[in-house]
Amino acid sequence: MTQDFVQELGQELGEELGMEDAAAAMVASQPLLQVNELTKHFPLGKGLFGRSAGVVRAVDGVSFEVRAGETLGIVGESGCGKSTTARLLVDLIRPDSGQIILDGQQVGPEMSVREMRRRMQMVFQDSYASLNPRLTMEDAIAFGPMVNGAPRQQALALAHDLLFKVGLEPRRFAGRYPHELSGGQRQRVNIARALAFSPKIVILDEAVSALDKSVEAQVLNLLEDLKGELGLTYIFISHDLNVVRHMSDRVMVMYLGQVVEIGPVESLYGNAAHPYTRALLAAMPSMDPDRRTMEAPLAGDPPNPINPPSGCRFHTRCRFAAPVCSAQQPPPQILRDAGHLTACHAHVPGSGHPGLESAA
Amino acid sequence: MTAVSIEKLATVEKSPGYWAGVARRFSRDPVAMIALVVVVGLILMAIFAPLVAPSDPYRTSMLRRLRPIGTEGFPLGADELGRDMLSRLIYGARLSLLMGVTPVVIAFFIGSAIGITAGYVGGRLNTALMRTIDVFFAFPSVLLAIALSGALGAGIFNGLLSLTVVFIPPIARIAESVTTAVRRIEYVEAARASGASAFTIVRVHVLGNVIGPIFVYATGLISVSLILASGLSFLGLGVKPPEPEWGLMLNTLRNAIYVQPWVAALPGLMIFITSISFNLLSDGLRSAMDIKA
Repeated sequence: MTQDFVQELGQELGEELGMEDAAAAMVASQPLLQVNELTKHFPLGKGLFGRSAGVVRAVDGVSFEVRAGETLGIVGESGCGKSTTARLLVDLIRPDSGQIILDGQQVGPEMSVREMRRRMQMVFQDSYASLNPRLTMEDAIAFGPMVNGAPRQQALALAHDLLFKVGLEPRRFAGRYPHELSGGQRQRVNIARALAFSPKIVILDEAVSALDKSVEAQVLNLLEDLKGELGLTYIFISHDLNVVRHMSDRVMVMYLGQVVEIGPVESLYGNAAHPYTRALLAAMPSMDPDRRTMEAPLAGDPPNPINPPSGCRFHTRCRFAAPVCSAQQPPPQILRDAGHLTACHAHVPGSGHPGLESAA
Repeated sequence: MTAVSIEKLATVEKSPGYWAGVARRFSRDPVAMIALVVVVGLILMAIFAPLVAPSDPYRTSMLRRLRPIGTEGFPLGADELGRDMLSRLIYGARLSLLMGVTPVVIAFFIGSAIGITAGYVGGRLNTALMRTIDVFFAFPSVLLAIALSGALGAGIFNGLLSLTVVFIPPIARIAESVTTAVRRIEYVEAARASGASAFTIVRVHVLGNVIGPIFVYATGLISVSLILASGLSFLGLGVKPPEPEWGLMLNTLRNAIYVQPWVAALPGLMIFITSISFNLLSDGLRSAMDIKA
């Protein structure tokens, strides 16, 4: 069963990419997932007659690509729209506008939401809340396949295989209830449940953030093993910059519902272009006491997303803010490395911004 | 390959199910167990009334009116028409329990259906359903029951009907709030992300997690229903004489309160015992169902 499952997936992937040189194919072929100008504004406290008192601009024109086989990390402060973006992707929240193009087909007109969800699954942060307390682990995992038409016996057999695959002995764990498992074991079950659809993309929304460090490391290793074994693509959402660096091929930084920087992991961590990314990285605690952070971290909270600042949304907290920053929204600018983009006036020649070095 | 897997299925270690755990915790609660015994005893007494009752509850005797407790042949005395109190109390359990339990059971199904629908669908439907329900809360439940059965006319069926209408709103409200809470939990989101239909999600993921609290609340309403039903009978709106029913007996015996106070108080005592047993039973269920306990 296990081998068949892997083979099937392998064939699917093989047809799409040509297994010979996945890396080359990745660059050449279209992205597995393309997101264009995704936007979600939540209406605030509806009045008695449906008049809205304002909107929270949770996600405001977010565009990015995910290539087959890579891991895209998404980082940012609480409330920057990371989780909303994830929920929009799997249509748990309906986007106000924007396109999601999966496998070259636009979700909605060309691909049904149901089919999209079969190819893109999500693992939530709270391992306990994401399992129904009344269902045994095998039933929890088998639910998805059964909903999609698999007979019960077959779905249960798949559930057992997946339990084994995520490192839980089916004989011991299949009949257990969520409260009988530890947090790490539950999160393994949640991963198995997502894998029951044989998805191409798994969105990990703070999936390891609530686990203690040693368990987190085990689950991260499991995720990497599964990725290699099943040819998965991850969207890895976390606030832990070290973990994101470890897991990701590319990283996207979000601030107040917008993308401020996106790029290959080493380029972004080594040579951050946006002042916000620099501030985030500077706030990372160092393991070396001799290199302790002496610089003050970013002051204050993010501004209110109901009335976001004009122009560049970061200008209210930015050390390098110039007059142009509050006047105009910066366009995405390609940097030296191909694929490293940032939205900051300092990198736009002739924008009127003196540049990061001179302002400091 | 499937054969191997199915063979594996057979050897799974089964955890004791949820209800087994509830039963275990419930059986360790002495108060709840006593309440359960009393309730079961009352139900058995009602069912087997002809076998248990020492004499005919309808047989009157002008010579033996208002005998005290302990009179020979009348262990609990005789009422204002000389009928055996013990037999009448035993037979009275039939109508009283019927009037207490039936409206709650019917209201449990209707109210849960309304509340779960409103809670799961949300939005405008929720507003429409719940604001309609709120209209009923404008009236005190006793007044509503009296007004309804007054308008419909006296009788057992009309009494049951008006009590059912009285209990639908509170059950619907509880069902709505529990469902709204469960709907926001991530396992429901995960189920939605699996592409399941709303009906399947409610059946598999919502129902099992909301029915417990609603059931516990409804059990607590049985005692209220019992008292309201007795109240209706007391006012002459429910059961009619000469049927034995505790509320009605309380009414007809109230003139005897100075002559034989203990005998006159007996139907009230039965109502009290029954309603407090149902209340304690529902309390016991509530704590037994708490999975973290």
